Amino acid sequence: MKTLAQLKLGESAVIKSFTDRTLALKLIEMGCLPGERITLSNIAPFGDPIAIEISGYVLSMRKEEASTVVLED
Amino acid sequence: MEISDKKIRTETKTLSVALIGNPNSGKSTLFNALTGLNQKTGNYPGVTVDKLTGICKTKQNNISYQLNITDLPGTYSLYPKSMDEEVACKVLLGVNYELPDVAVVVTDASNLKRHLLLTTQVLDLKIPTVIVLNMIDEANALKIKIDIEELQRITGVVVVAVNSRTKEGFDELKKKITEAKNSSALFYDLVKFKESTGAASYKEFISEQFNGKTDLEKLENFEASDSTYRFNLINYIYTKCIQQPHHADRSTSEKIDRALTHKIFGYVILLFVLFIVFQFIFFIAEFPMNWIENLFSFLSEKTFAFLPAGQLSDLLVNGLLAGLSGIAVFVPQIALLFLFIGLLEDSGYMARVSFIMDKLMRRFGLNGRSVIPIVSSVACAVPSVLGTRTISNLKERLITIFIIPLMSCSARLPVYTLLISILVPDEQVLGIFNLKGLILLGMYLLGFAATLITAFVMKLMVRSKEHSYFIMELPVYRLPQWQSIGIIVVNKVKIFLFEAGKVILAISIILWFLSAHGPGEKFATIEKNYANSIMNISDSEQKNELLAQMRAKKLEASYAGIIGKAIEPAIKPIGFDWKIGIALITSFAAREVFVGTMATIYSANDVENTENIRTKLQKEKDPTTGLPTYSVAVCVSLLVFYAFAMQCMSTMAVVYRETKSWKWMMGQLVYMSGLAYVSALAAYHIFL
Repeated sequence: MKTLAQLKLGESAVIKSFTDRTLALKLIEMGCLPGERITLSNIAPFGDPIAIEISGYVLSMRKEEASTVVLED
Repeated sequence: MEISDKKIRTETKTLSVALIGNPNSGKSTLFNALTGLNQKTGNYPGVTVDKLTGICKTKQNNISYQLNITDLPGTYSLYPKSMDEEVACKVLLGVNYELPDVAVVVTDASNLKRHLLLTTQVLDLKIPTVIVLNMIDEANALKIKIDIEELQRITGVVVVAVNSRTKEGFDELKKKITEAKNSSALFYDLVKFKESTGAASYKEFISEQFNGKTDLEKLENFEASDSTYRFNLINYIYTKCIQQPHHADRSTSEKIDRALTHKIFGYVILLFVLFIVFQFIFFIAEFPMNWIENLFSFLSEKTFAFLPAGQLSDLLVNGLLAGLSGIAVFVPQIALLFLFIGLLEDSGYMARVSFIMDKLMRRFGLNGRSVIPIVSSVACAVPSVLGTRTISNLKERLITIFIIPLMSCSARLPVYTLLISILVPDEQVLGIFNLKGLILLGMYLLGFAATLITAFVMKLMVRSKEHSYFIMELPVYRLPQWQSIGIIVVNKVKIFLFEAGKVILAISIILWFLSAHGPGEKFATIEKNYANSIMNISDSEQKNELLAQMRAKKLEASYAGIIGKAIEPAIKPIGFDWKIGIALITSFAAREVFVGTMATIYSANDVENTENIRTKLQKEKDPTTGLPTYSVAVCVSLLVFYAFAMQCMSTMAVVYRETKSWKWMMGQLVYMSGLAYVSALAAYHIFL
């Protein structure tokens, strides 16, 4: 199971599902829906948090949070 | 006929208008542009969320309207994830708060899709609504074409495009607000909705989440399916109404990001920014602060000259004017800090500070946005506590507020300087280092260490109902809107003056009373005794000496003196006598008062001259042992005590204002006093 936390800089993938229910609701309302393509656009200096690009805007989140986002293979 | 015509002309209709939108929708800029300085900050009862309201007047078809506009906290949906968002939702539902007449949904026209989730939810509440396409200039620049006619048809309400910078579209917006209607459209799956929720309407179901009886799982299930359903609908709306040649061009923002979040340059740039902020709050603010102090001492002189000497003039000058001066003197620092915070937030840089500092700050239960308040608290805790507003997570905000006063602020500097000069009388040098400078540096490090350790302990102790998310948007870099920032600065200063100011004024008058009055006839007797001797002496130096002695005797006989003596048994273990006890009482107003009080107690005839006070203190001998009273142990104990003790009523007043809780304010006072006492006790016994 590949998660958003494993994505490399510049790599992109499609969201498949979420493993944390409450976090999923937060992500969904910010536009991270299953089926959307996301790109890892930046990583903070100490490897965490990360920034992702999704439909034209950039969201930052902690690695721990990113690991709840499951990606399509 | 004539009369009724006149009546219509003079009639003013009042409409309550709520602005709602996602964070980063430019909602606050629109609010500031609509209402200008006509704003008021109030409270939503029971919560720490500030209620921002403003008035906007307009005339439509010969009818005058007064729009009472509320700027609701930003939210992504009607399913709140934080206290701020909950307030926004409750207002729109009329739960606990009065339902507004009109809801204005503010969206970012350059990124409309994401803003439509909240928009369709608000439309389903069936309250008169207007949709605003904000930042239309940016959408135009990106060649995004929005079919407003089609959007109005689908949403069933009026859509107005505006540019908050140039106020383009404002007249149209005001007109449409006065004509706002409910949407006739429906954006949720009605059949499924009734099946799964059993509620009569969307509004009823959404309201249920606040009655405390809702099944959380049912709610979350519905929220997930509702949001997904809406996004499918939004995709349809998007293809029908919006032509976007390509995604927003982020290449410039990305280039800036590469520098500002770089693993070396990112921190170098942040250090430079912090240095600039610090310079302004620490040094530049000193000029206007001096002007304010000079103005008040000029007023004091005039009052003394104008009024006969006595109780009234003493109350006015030493009680009231001194209190007001003590409040007004904070204004430059507050204004400057909010100017910087406004610039950093508006430009988009603050989100990047948060991004690169999160991993470091998280360990201490702090937020990346805690950095600016903590650094500026080296100048003063008061503006810094007010500046924590920008931290959206409640727990992280509270911890930041709690630890800020432990940083060594500029008011501690006079106290440190005096005590260190007693401790190290001559210029002693350790290698290339000046010993005085090293001790001073040590005091700052001590404060910083206490700040971090306390934050760490608090992180483990404070329980929060809110989730600590870090999911936030990194907005594109924008030029800051000076006018909007200016309005925010004025409002913050107003909040401080009128809300925290009241408390500070009251305490400073009480403290003045305690030190200027005493029980019985003692004061009169002292004055009479000295009056005779002073009259008979012509030498002005001797006269000043006697006057200083009289002041010392009066302070000893005052209520403050009595309290100082009463607490002596409690402070004896840390090496303090009743004279220091008096200084502890009076410097509760502000730490630097310690120096002035010590000067008065030891009858130094030149209160302004630190050198003079130092000599007096050094000469002081313990009557029983014959050794110097201000030994190394006492000085170190005092230094440590002042590093940690709260001793600042202004900070307490703003902490109360920002947390809306006596518990937090008193907890902080007790913690800091306890820490100060225990540390001073340890220090005293180590150096004894």
